[in-house]
Amino acid sequence: MRTLKDAKVGDVVTVVKLHGEGAVRRRIMDMGITKNVEVFVRKVAPLGDPIEVNVRGYELSLRKADAEMIEVTG
Amino acid sequence: MSIKIALAGNPNSGKTTLFNILTGSNQYVGNWPGVTVEKKEGTLKGHSDVVIQDLPGIYSLSPYSPEELVTRTYLVNDHPDAILNIVDGTNIERNLYLTTQLMDLGHPVVIAVNMIDLVRRNGDVIDLQRLGKAMGCVCVEISALKGEGCMEAAEKAVELAKNHEHTDMPHVFNGSVEHALAHIEESIEGKVQQNYLRWYAIKLFERDERVREEVGLDQDLLNHLEEHIADCEKEMDDDAESIIADQRYCYIERVINKSVKKKAPKHALSLSDKIDRIVTNRILALPIFACVMFLMYAIAMGSFPFSIGTIATDWANDVLFGEWIPGLLDGILTALGVSGWLYGLIMDGIVAGVGAVLGFVPQILVLSLLLSILEDVGYMSRVAFIMDRILRKFGLSGKSIIPMLVATGCGVPGILASRTIEQENDRRITVMTTGFIPCGAKMPIIGLFAGAVFGNSPLVAVSAFFIGVAAVVVSGVILKKFKTFAGRPAPFVMELPAYHMPSARNVLRSTADRAMDFVKRATTIVLLSSIILWFLQSYGVVDGVFMAVEDSNVSLLADAGRLVAWIFYPLGWMGDMAWKATVATATGLIAKEQVVMTFGTLYHYAGELSEAGDEIWALVAADFGPVRSYSFMIFNLLCCPCFAAVGAIKREMGSVKWTVGTIAYMCAFAYAVAMIVYQIFGLFTGEATFGIFTILAVAVLAALIYLTVRKNKYADAKIKVGV
Repeated sequence: MRTLKDAKVGDVVTVVKLHGEGAVRRRIMDMGITKNVEVFVRKVAPLGDPIEVNVRGYELSLRKADAEMIEVTG
Repeated sequence: MSIKIALAGNPNSGKTTLFNILTGSNQYVGNWPGVTVEKKEGTLKGHSDVVIQDLPGIYSLSPYSPEELVTRTYLVNDHPDAILNIVDGTNIERNLYLTTQLMDLGHPVVIAVNMIDLVRRNGDVIDLQRLGKAMGCVCVEISALKGEGCMEAAEKAVELAKNHEHTDMPHVFNGSVEHALAHIEESIEGKVQQNYLRWYAIKLFERDERVREEVGLDQDLLNHLEEHIADCEKEMDDDAESIIADQRYCYIERVINKSVKKKAPKHALSLSDKIDRIVTNRILALPIFACVMFLMYAIAMGSFPFSIGTIATDWANDVLFGEWIPGLLDGILTALGVSGWLYGLIMDGIVAGVGAVLGFVPQILVLSLLLSILEDVGYMSRVAFIMDRILRKFGLSGKSIIPMLVATGCGVPGILASRTIEQENDRRITVMTTGFIPCGAKMPIIGLFAGAVFGNSPLVAVSAFFIGVAAVVVSGVILKKFKTFAGRPAPFVMELPAYHMPSARNVLRSTADRAMDFVKRATTIVLLSSIILWFLQSYGVVDGVFMAVEDSNVSLLADAGRLVAWIFYPLGWMGDMAWKATVATATGLIAKEQVVMTFGTLYHYAGELSEAGDEIWALVAADFGPVRSYSFMIFNLLCCPCFAAVGAIKREMGSVKWTVGTIAYMCAFAYAVAMIVYQIFGLFTGEATFGIFTILAVAVLAALIYLTVRKNKYADAKIKVGV
């Protein structure tokens, strides 16, 4: 399974499914990462974590541990 | 009958700016019941019968954060007459997600599309007519920063409220979801408020635990609802919560395709993105952060020609509270011919005590101003982005670095700076540990012992700083393993808002609020404690007669010191120095500089003492062995901070329980570390002898190590739900 964590800087990926449960998962959905949405991986923080992505026209940062919950393709 | 308009919107949508424009100075600030979320309301300018209720900035009406919960509860229970929903026009897709949730409640809604000037500058076009029609409400455009269209938006909301116009709820969800919702509505009709039937149905469909509890359906009915939900989930091949979120966004995508025309291609670099490429660059990010911090520190607390904070604070301490006010009061009190004790109370008790604390106000003003600017510009979330990796290891948030750095100057603005941390647990741990950082006022204590006992070794100051940082780190690790702070480190799913020009109005207002707040709390808590300490210091029982005393060695404070000094026996405070050390620690609560001054008095030094107390070094050295003085120093660096900082802690914790808990934790931690240092190192130098307390110290050390390295059994627990 490919997740957002595996995506490289500059990749454009499409979300397939959100795994996990509870508050973090809901928060990720609330922020606009839902099925079929395009996510552009903008950059990685200087210390290697978290990452910054562009989704629905704005910049969002999330930790790699949370990005691992997001299954993507492309 | 007044009209209530609720102001709702995402964080960074310009909500605070709009609220300030609409209400001007007619604001009332408080707390939402039971949580530390700030509650602001005000009357609409020119409409004394219209109350604007500012709701916390949120992304969704989920049941997870305190902000989301208070907003929900308010919207459902307090029946606002209309909702003014501010939406960032440059980020409309995600902002409308909250709008679709607000619409479910059926209140009349006005959408105010903000930052319309930026939208136009980007060459984008938003068709307000179409947008309004699709969302089932009225749409207006505003620029809160420029003050355009704001009053009109509010007046539109007032008009809707007066006409009791209810919204046509848009059909956001597809057939099978609407089908399930209809079934749920039917089943719960009469069990919930009729006008919120749809909202309750959607929440029950999402299996929202809070709503389930609140509605209190019996098990049969719940099972029945569960069938409908499960059917729908099976059909859609997804879970209910995802289905709802997905379809809201799908609906918004359709609405936007029809009503918004974007000029720039997707993922194109805006000016803000270009700035960000440098500011959060892999190589440059940390040096830039260091520069920003250094500049802030230098302007507020440094000793450069441009350090306005220091200059103003020095002036306040030396001139205003050092000469002018005492001089003025001296004249008045002498002219009035007040009795000696009243003179002493006012001059030595109140002016000296309160003045010492108020003297920090200019520094706090400058720091708050700079912090507000950094926050308003959007740099703070970048700081969190850069620093998160290191700090989350210690149970802190990326943003905790700022309070810590500021606290090296003064703990009070440091603690107040924790306000920018959204997650309650992270904020609490930050507030609880910020006081450990050795602030400027603790430097004289270090100077005294470094000079008197350690031959002015610079290692003493370095080790003190190291111990402060270690105390923060160890405490973070220990605390986050307790159930109260349980859960994964707060979800770090954070918006990095586009950089924008700070609004002078917002910056000045937030600076003034912080400073006023400090003055208010400082004057109450500090006034009271200064009076008590002054009394204890100035009166005593001599030869069985209660009287005012000149010699503080016979004061009530000295007596009290002698009475409780045994508490510090395990820390190596014994013999004649024990009560002196105890008294000095107590006076340090007013301000930590007081510790050195108190030693001056207690060692009968009559002249003006230098800052590090060089004049009494020989006397102190005779009384304090090296390990003993180190234990004293550590205890004073880590224990209860000064009263001003306690006031700040109370402000940020928003509860007496948490404030007392913080102080208790700090004192206990300080005691444990000082005891370990004295008992164990003392054994090697021969200052301490082996005994019951050696064993105790080893046991405490073992306990601390255990608490630090033990497995975090809550590591994978679900994040603590709200309140």
